[in-house]
Amino acid sequence: MDEIFGIPAPLLFGQLLLGLINGAFYALLSLGLAVIFGMLNVINFTHGAQFMMGAFVAWMLLHYFGIGYWWALLLAPLIVGFTGVVIEKTMISRLYKLDHLYGLLLTFGVGLIIEGLFRNQYGSSGMPYRIPPELQGAWDLGFMFMPVYRGWVVIVAIVMCLATWLVIEKTKLGSYLRAATENPALVQAFGINVPRMMTLTYGAGVALAAFAGVLAAPIYSVNPQMGANLIIIVFAVVVIGGMGSILGSVVTGFALGVIEGFTRVFYPEASATVIFVVMAIVLLLRPAGLFGRA
Amino acid sequence: MTTTTRRTLLGAAATAPAWGALPMSRARAQAANTVRIGVLTDMSGTFRDLNGPNTVAATRLAIQEFAARGFNVEMVVADHQNRPDVATATARQWFDRDNVDVVTSLAASSVALAVADLARERNKVAIATSTATSDLTGRACSPNTIHWVYDTYMLSKVAGAAMVRAGGDTWFFLTADYAFGHALERDTTGFVRAAGGRVLGSVRTPFPGTTDFSSFLLQAQASRAKVIGLANAGVDTINSIKQAAEFGITRRGTKIASLLLFITDVHALGLEVAQGLVCANTFYWDLNDGTRDVSRRILALAGGDMPVAMSHAGDYAANLHYLKAVADLGVAAAKASGRDTVARMKAMPTNDLAFGEGRIREDGRKLNRAYLFEVKTPAESRGRHDYYKLLQSTDAEEPWRPLAEGGCGFIRS
Repeated sequence: MDEIFGIPAPLLFGQLLLGLINGAFYALLSLGLAVIFGMLNVINFTHGAQFMMGAFVAWMLLHYFGIGYWWALLLAPLIVGFTGVVIEKTMISRLYKLDHLYGLLLTFGVGLIIEGLFRNQYGSSGMPYRIPPELQGAWDLGFMFMPVYRGWVVIVAIVMCLATWLVIEKTKLGSYLRAATENPALVQAFGINVPRMMTLTYGAGVALAAFAGVLAAPIYSVNPQMGANLIIIVFAVVVIGGMGSILGSVVTGFALGVIEGFTRVFYPEASATVIFVVMAIVLLLRPAGLFGRA
Repeated sequence: MTTTTRRTLLGAAATAPAWGALPMSRARAQAANTVRIGVLTDMSGTFRDLNGPNTVAATRLAIQEFAARGFNVEMVVADHQNRPDVATATARQWFDRDNVDVVTSLAASSVALAVADLARERNKVAIATSTATSDLTGRACSPNTIHWVYDTYMLSKVAGAAMVRAGGDTWFFLTADYAFGHALERDTTGFVRAAGGRVLGSVRTPFPGTTDFSSFLLQAQASRAKVIGLANAGVDTINSIKQAAEFGITRRGTKIASLLLFITDVHALGLEVAQGLVCANTFYWDLNDGTRDVSRRILALAGGDMPVAMSHAGDYAANLHYLKAVADLGVAAAKASGRDTVARMKAMPTNDLAFGEGRIREDGRKLNRAYLFEVKTPAESRGRHDYYKLLQSTDAEEPWRPLAEGGCGFIRS
């Protein structure tokens, strides 16, 4: 068997692929954060809770209404996105004129409250959620055993990231959004309802988090803390990519997934830390992030 | 920061006039005649399902069952958030100001070790019912501490040795990278080797902060070990098992030894994923009429759909035994010295619906039978919480670390 740095090559290929899969989650989550920060200038610390809500709504749809995975993939983001709209309308919109810090504190608090409510209702160990029958099974790639579902996650995540990037960079709606970030007063003077656009942007960012939550439900434990565990990494991804940069967050998400994957082979104890080491280095050398505009 | 709810539970208290209306002397007499149990537990964190509402209900059940024996019993509850600093601050307040005589539940090993120290210093009683570390009756033992339900030694002996006997003679560990995981791996390695097995390798997974275990599982698979030993707990265990099923590891013949698996974890996994897992427990609600009865009553008090785990059974049994010892010793003597109360608890044999007959050893270790269970398939499960089938059971002494090996200091002196 061929070896690279003392590690069997098949194992290394396997880790590369797994890294990409985890990177897909990082990319999807940091994408939502980047959209919200880029357009609203709000650092959305509720994102982890909203990711968790996506998974939980999928479980609720199945448990209470018998609605399966495929519909959940559509409905859960809509439902959770709607709660995002309510949060934006009633709370976040009041803070736009203040320092970032206020939005951060507010969303952090809201996130903790949501997690607490779910824990109170559903306990801490979580809920079972099965992989849909269409996506069960696995491909034998020779060097590893690749579950069909993980392949699906990577493909969907890439499609989703591309679609979001296209909407923001290449469509008229996207250009309004970007213009409204630069100069809201001027855009409003052209007859565009900027507050509503902000609300919907927040809703869309939240829906992306919920979408990632539904994707995660069959493979991670559906429990109230599932978002809290991921969100810190995702914030590091956003900082490394450059706050508000869509492309940056996607590329960084996948890249860091791979770096983390390799660390798990060479020095497993450090695999939870490696992303933060990268973050520290990037902040020292390029404070605006790899893709950010200083 | 702690949330404290108080409940006066004895029927007598309900019929008594309000505190303010009592003449002072009578109030003092009442306080002297009241035993206060402090349930210091995890109500909101990772271990909420092993503790939480069912723990409060189980304690209340023990108090109710014991009602009207000539003294009052009150319960206070606080959430320690799995933080030793919060736990000791609460326990200190309870001991010094609120007249609490015994602290129970405790959960996380770090919390249990810290509170046990404090109980010894203040001469109160600490009873750990869902704590894992075997140090509590070993290096860190105390004449004021009792450790009920399970410990790392028992888990690794019962589950580890059974897997080797069943042909799983090569092992690879996924170990949570902190004291508990290391201890569990170390103890299990000992039993695997003693039974003639070999350990091919292990990987330390960061704790907390690992959600995806597939990389580690693939490394375990690459080692070609027959058994993957999970030296982790709670959500880590759930994620490992879920992902092992997803990557087809179990289907291709590798066995998963989940060294610490509670019925609440099986509940969270669902039988579809958890089927076939083997685990060591000291209690299962469906073992016999007694366990069914006590579980039904705990659930009735707690509400909700969380299965009664061995930790909850421990809360019921430990509090019941404590109250029996208080009655035997006399309230005044019991309140005056936690050490004497614990000594009396050790002197009296235990007998309850949950664990049957047993005893508490000199070092504070509660001895009772342990069982090896296999998780049922969805087809075998006939109703709510019907998750386990019994593979084997031990006697009351066999699964526990021998007294001489623990290194408990106060016994020799």
